[in-house]
Amino acid sequence: MSEIDAGMVVEEIKERDALSDPSTAGKQIGKARLRKEDARLVTGQTTWTDNIILPRMAYLAILRSPTAHAKISRIDVTPALQRPGIIAAFSGRDLAAELGSLPCAWPVTADMVHPAHPPLAVDEVRYVGDAVAVVVGLDRYQTADALDAIDIDYEPLPPVLDMEQALTDENLVHSDKGTNKCFEWPLAGGDIDAAFARADVVVKRRFVHQRLIPNAMEPRAVVVDPMTASGDYTLYSATQIPHILRIMLALTTGIPEHKIRVVAPDVGGGFGSKLDVYAEEVLALVLAKRLSRPVKWTESRSEGYQATIHGRDQIQDIEIAATSDGKVLGLKADIKADMGAYLQLITPGVPLLGAFMYAGIYKMDAYSFRCTGVFTTKTPTDAYRGAGRPEATFAIERIMDELAFELGMDPLELRRRNWIATEEFPYASIGGLTYDTGNYEAATDKACELFRYDEMRAEQSKRRESNDPVQLGIGISTYTEMCGLAPSRVLGSLSYGAGGWEAASVRMLPTGKVEVVTGTSPHGQGHETAWSQIAADALGVPFEDIEVLHGDTKVAPMGLDTYGSRSLVVGGIAVHKAAGKVVEKARKVAAHLLEAAEDDLDFEAGTFTVRGSPESKKSIQEIALATFASHSFPDGIEPSLNSDYVVDPENFSFPHGTHLCAADVDTETGRVTIRSYVAVDDVGNVINPMIVEGQVHGGIAQGIAQALYEEAVYDEAGNLITGTMVDYLVPGAADLPEFVTSRTETPATSNPLGVKGVGEAGTIASTPAVVNAVIDALRHLGVTEVAMPCSPERVWRAITNAQAAKSDTAKSDTAKSGGTK
Amino acid sequence: MADVAMTVDGIAYADEVEPRLLLVHYLRDRLGLGGTPIGCDTSNCGACTVLLNGRAVKSCSLLAVQADGSEVQTVQGLANGEWHPIQRAFHENHALQCGYCTPGMMLASIELLQDNPNPTNEEIRHGIEGNLCRCTGYQNIVRAVAAAAEEMRGASTGAQS
Repeated sequence: MSEIDAGMVVEEIKERDALSDPSTAGKQIGKARLRKEDARLVTGQTTWTDNIILPRMAYLAILRSPTAHAKISRIDVTPALQRPGIIAAFSGRDLAAELGSLPCAWPVTADMVHPAHPPLAVDEVRYVGDAVAVVVGLDRYQTADALDAIDIDYEPLPPVLDMEQALTDENLVHSDKGTNKCFEWPLAGGDIDAAFARADVVVKRRFVHQRLIPNAMEPRAVVVDPMTASGDYTLYSATQIPHILRIMLALTTGIPEHKIRVVAPDVGGGFGSKLDVYAEEVLALVLAKRLSRPVKWTESRSEGYQATIHGRDQIQDIEIAATSDGKVLGLKADIKADMGAYLQLITPGVPLLGAFMYAGIYKMDAYSFRCTGVFTTKTPTDAYRGAGRPEATFAIERIMDELAFELGMDPLELRRRNWIATEEFPYASIGGLTYDTGNYEAATDKACELFRYDEMRAEQSKRRESNDPVQLGIGISTYTEMCGLAPSRVLGSLSYGAGGWEAASVRMLPTGKVEVVTGTSPHGQGHETAWSQIAADALGVPFEDIEVLHGDTKVAPMGLDTYGSRSLVVGGIAVHKAAGKVVEKARKVAAHLLEAAEDDLDFEAGTFTVRGSPESKKSIQEIALATFASHSFPDGIEPSLNSDYVVDPENFSFPHGTHLCAADVDTETGRVTIRSYVAVDDVGNVINPMIVEGQVHGGIAQGIAQALYEEAVYDEAGNLITGTMVDYLVPGAADLPEFVTSRTETPATSNPLGVKGVGEAGTIASTPAVVNAVIDALRHLGVTEVAMPCSPERVWRAITNAQAAKSDTAKSDTAKSGGTK
Repeated sequence: MADVAMTVDGIAYADEVEPRLLLVHYLRDRLGLGGTPIGCDTSNCGACTVLLNGRAVKSCSLLAVQADGSEVQTVQGLANGEWHPIQRAFHENHALQCGYCTPGMMLASIELLQDNPNPTNEEIRHGIEGNLCRCTGYQNIVRAVAAAAEEMRGASTGAQS
């Protein structure tokens, strides 16, 4: 480790120590409280869905298409029934009437092409992994074995793999639809033609976001426990969205909503991949009903690589217009987004979540966006950490670097000249949003200081001059994002099928302990801890006296679940508000007990005191017991300290920050090594700095993974050739650097706690920071683009090609000058 | 069918199993020890790591019959009245988020610290390379392992003196 790096780590540790105050006293918000969740997780007392074993439970196994596109010419499942331990086997045709079509909740345009999506393919398969038949048996292994006995013939159809070729409609994914174009969705602000006409410089680039596999560590699993006598069904699923899933299962299967209970037990990560309604959930439910016995399905990792949604997969044509002194005038973004073979829950909406953010933190006169959704014969795409916003941020942050190069300007200076100044907030962005607050200057200054930006630039020059085979690159990403999904009216205007509110209930128990019921559905985020901190402060009760309940539609009947960095900004605020209502109810009881007017009571640290007589007081615990007894309560006082609140946010929140990456790029081998990585994020006020830091670390890791390591690759026949964890590079500990993280705190004005959300920020910010660093290291060699992931081979080829192009130019220049002589 | 006998977390079991039954499925489905999760099918992720006679193994890559006569330790046997230092360190350093990789990560770390009681951060990173985490970016896991190492060194010095 170089001296500079060591210095930064020391700073970080100091910062961390200052943040880590796990003391139990006083206000809980802002403290690095250790997590309540950990006890069961570090001792193995966890309930993952696959841990659930019920009496008479049968296993479900699924036969999947081995081919990208084909007609099912013949299918016979009966041989599977001859195998030992097999209870039932069905083809898609057998179950078609019961299964319905899997839902897509986001018809982004009125004329969107929305093909039927049967959970089991009926006549045609459209991607490798498309489910074609099911077997149910008594034993995990026997059931999997019996899939081999199913007799099935396919009649091949041409695969549709390349998005641009797909748009020629030469071969169709859904022949009944007559086109592979799913939708075209435009957005515009300002006069784009005028902006480009005025420009001194126009830079145009094509960026490709490779397909990614989310890789939550827990594979998906579902268990259905049927009570067919009464028609009640409990479905346990490794899902992010128990509430949405319940509604969608009711709509899909016809089982009434009130007869379905969905439980998300301990869930091992999601990153968007469990924000969906999957074929296997519908199949397990329908089969448990039909067979009248519990059914379990657990995906293997390799099966999940085909059957669980993928992320990203966009082609972006980006043009930026600017004056010669570096004033950005306008931006055009023309996007093609791969839907895959079918529309999952929010597949078409994902690229649009980025549409509003392509201008990033910059002021400009005009912006135009167009997204074309395209069907291909690949696994469906859907939300993956950041969902649309990493793509948008990558485009703007990469092209700002390209523009800086064209202008011969430091990329940081170009950003400074164009970003929204802190005194300009609230700011109406060209993308049509109102950014409430921000302080890009402060975050950037802090990041530069931690990174030692000037020293790093000096070292870079030195290494260039000495022609060092290992070149240093500096990558910048000054990002913002919109999160906290979402104001219901905005979602409505975008044709999304649901609102964006969130619910909470707070219940004071007779003994003064508290139950907080939340509609969010955590799967690693630490809501049990953070919501306890919020409720503890609002009620003035100890953190330890609070139990947070979630993830079960019977326990938490109302909610819209966890995704889009929404949980704190919407769900956490609901907890704060519900707790506030409890205090107001307690105030009435306190007034009665203390024989004082409500207005004369002060509430501080859990105690009501009559103003002016400090010995006249009641703790909220005493009030809880008195309310339980409710002896001699006058009329008009409800004997309950329970309250509900539903928050519908007034605006998105806009975390922002500056990430700086220094990368050593070996020009001889193409190997990229991240030497230092500094992230200064502004996520507003912080409930738990330890959890925030953890979210940032993990987010950065996933963004780096896109930049350097991961890619889902299909061959020309449409086979997923990165079909196992052997072939798809999920980075390990030795593949990632230490991160230096810090924060600025500019409170959001859209909610009473001033919080913004942090789940996706790291992923959104880091990918362009890393790729910008790689390009910056190689710029002098003529490299302007390296496709992601920037593997050693790709980097090496980019260098080799750029140098070949240079020498070709030199040769032709020589030839030309020779000719004129 | 084959006979197997093994001690798991201090309890002796004897069973008849299919020879092909994986150790991890024996632990999870037969013994009901769900603390050891399964994260992949190619032995890349290490979520199912257990200690077999004190050495870290991926229990998805071993047949139950291969563990015959062995002593198996899972995450569920790690706390002995009080938490193992590695459990405490993971908790105190926020080295877990969803917690799915945590059992395997802790058991792999215990083996690492047996072999190298005072590892550098880089040695820790390489030592846990066989275990994948998707939530933490590993930084706090490295901190936790270093913290546990320090505590375990202190404890062993204390025991010697």
